[in-house]
Amino acid sequence: MMNNKNLKDTNRLKITGNFNFTFYLLIVPVLIWLIFMIVIPHAELLISSFLVEDDMGEMFFSFANYIEFFTQKIYWLTFVKTAAYSIGVTLLAFIIAFPIAFYLTKVTSKKNAAFLMLLLLIPLWVGELVTVYGWMVLLGDHGVINQFLITIGIINKPLNMLYTNFSMVVGLLYMSMLFMVIPVMSTLQSMDDSLIEAACDLGASRWDIFTKIIIPYAMPGITSGAIIVFMLVIGDYLAPNLLGGKNSLWFTEQIYNNFLTTFNWNEGAAFGFLLLMLSSGIIWLALKVSGQKLEKVGS
Amino acid sequence: MIRSLPSSSLYRIGYRIYVFLFFTFLLMPLLAISVLAFNDSNFISLPWNGFTTDWFFAATDERQGLFADEELIASIVTSLSTGFFVAVMSTLVGTLAALLFEEEQFRLKGLLYFLALAPLVIPGVILGISILLTATSAGNHIENTFGLDVELFRPSYWLVILGQFSFGATYVMLLVSARLKKFDRTLEEAALSLKATRLEAIWYVTIPFLRPAIMGAFVVAFILSFSNINTTIFLIGSDPTLPIDLYSRIRFSSTPVLNAVSFLIVIVISGLAIINLFANRSNK
Repeated sequence: MMNNKNLKDTNRLKITGNFNFTFYLLIVPVLIWLIFMIVIPHAELLISSFLVEDDMGEMFFSFANYIEFFTQKIYWLTFVKTAAYSIGVTLLAFIIAFPIAFYLTKVTSKKNAAFLMLLLLIPLWVGELVTVYGWMVLLGDHGVINQFLITIGIINKPLNMLYTNFSMVVGLLYMSMLFMVIPVMSTLQSMDDSLIEAACDLGASRWDIFTKIIIPYAMPGITSGAIIVFMLVIGDYLAPNLLGGKNSLWFTEQIYNNFLTTFNWNEGAAFGFLLLMLSSGIIWLALKVSGQKLEKVGS
Repeated sequence: MIRSLPSSSLYRIGYRIYVFLFFTFLLMPLLAISVLAFNDSNFISLPWNGFTTDWFFAATDERQGLFADEELIASIVTSLSTGFFVAVMSTLVGTLAALLFEEEQFRLKGLLYFLALAPLVIPGVILGISILLTATSAGNHIENTFGLDVELFRPSYWLVILGQFSFGATYVMLLVSARLKKFDRTLEEAALSLKATRLEAIWYVTIPFLRPAIMGAFVVAFILSFSNINTTIFLIGSDPTLPIDLYSRIRFSSTPVLNAVSFLIVIVISGLAIINLFANRSNK
């Protein structure tokens, strides 16, 4: 211990002797990244959201962009709907993904698990666009599923699945649920099997083991997964846009319209800021309730 | 319910069926487009009209295969080079950030670490629009003051790279940090006591230890860039990346070429995933 401390002291001497060269080499690029790519852009987003262009093309400070949001029913309704759906999809992702994470870590053999992990990673890496497109091919009126069902005689005319809320939720779940599987797996991996065995020996029912031992143990992973899933879903554009119908408005679509169609960037900035507040608000709440730290979400 | 405990056969079979259904759900869209990429039809979906490789190689007026479609090839090249630059920048800065946050103590460390993690919880749309707004006002400012038109400050190839770098570095940092946490700090201290400078110790001792993680992070940054659309769509200039090109085709002119491109992506990614599996196995 003593030696260690001395060593640290000499290190410190050496560092100061080098004018902290290494430290600056590390921190300067990181500062440039954080200041120019994260801090300034978000400050600019906030400032732009309070600007409005007058008839002369001059910008002035105003709350008009936000007032527009609260007075136009379609905007705040979409906002509320997006939030509600995102929470719903996050819950569904948990229900679907948890048994899979448990299966891969605790039930099946290591070799099987490695192979199934590979299958899990492929859709994740292929990217959302290709998989959303795959669902369009599957769910369309002339799509694979309808054709299959007609051929085997279960239905006579195609089911209307594509361009509905159903297809949108399928797309959102598909692209996000794997982000629930992976963090839950990493917490379950560190769980000692004897905890479950002990509970079983003491006569606990399967449901009790599940709700009183496994879930509490996996909670950090579940929170990380839920936060990432929620963020991906609420900020998603492709699934609502390509799979959703006319009534499946998503708040990100309003932002896209403002930036890419009507070119009302300041209103778009206000909507963007509201979305940012909504997502960070709900994430903050989730962290508070579960007693977790953001630092843990990353790992 | 776990390997070591007996459970009823009903439960076991039920569980297996669920897992099977899940993986069917997972692979169905990829299988469907892969098969339909070889369908001899002018529509993206069924019915099956026989096998063809037209959607890869044909160059007739009626059918233009993937390799004959210059626009598509151009967007693939754009995506590859964008991905390369994003991966290089993200790996460099992300690794520095990992070293900084794991090894150094300084004021405001907590705040900076929070900012470095922020892209993980900021929707990609928001990053896209805020970088677009900032670049545009910086560009306008420079144009009004100096009369210069800087391409970087307009939606362009380089702005896309910057935008994707802004979140790519976060993922690299997390991957490299995870390995750095397993690093035996006394190795670095040994180098220092042998009169290496701090920089030499990092370069000759720490970086070689981190190499597998750095290489893995490079691939992850490349894939993130290659598949990104949420941030990219706002920053794109005159040359679209592959996902942007595909997106506009899906919306306006779907042909089975889309299946062919998707098939190619699935094949390349599966190859990478298998290499990754074996690389991990040989590491252990």
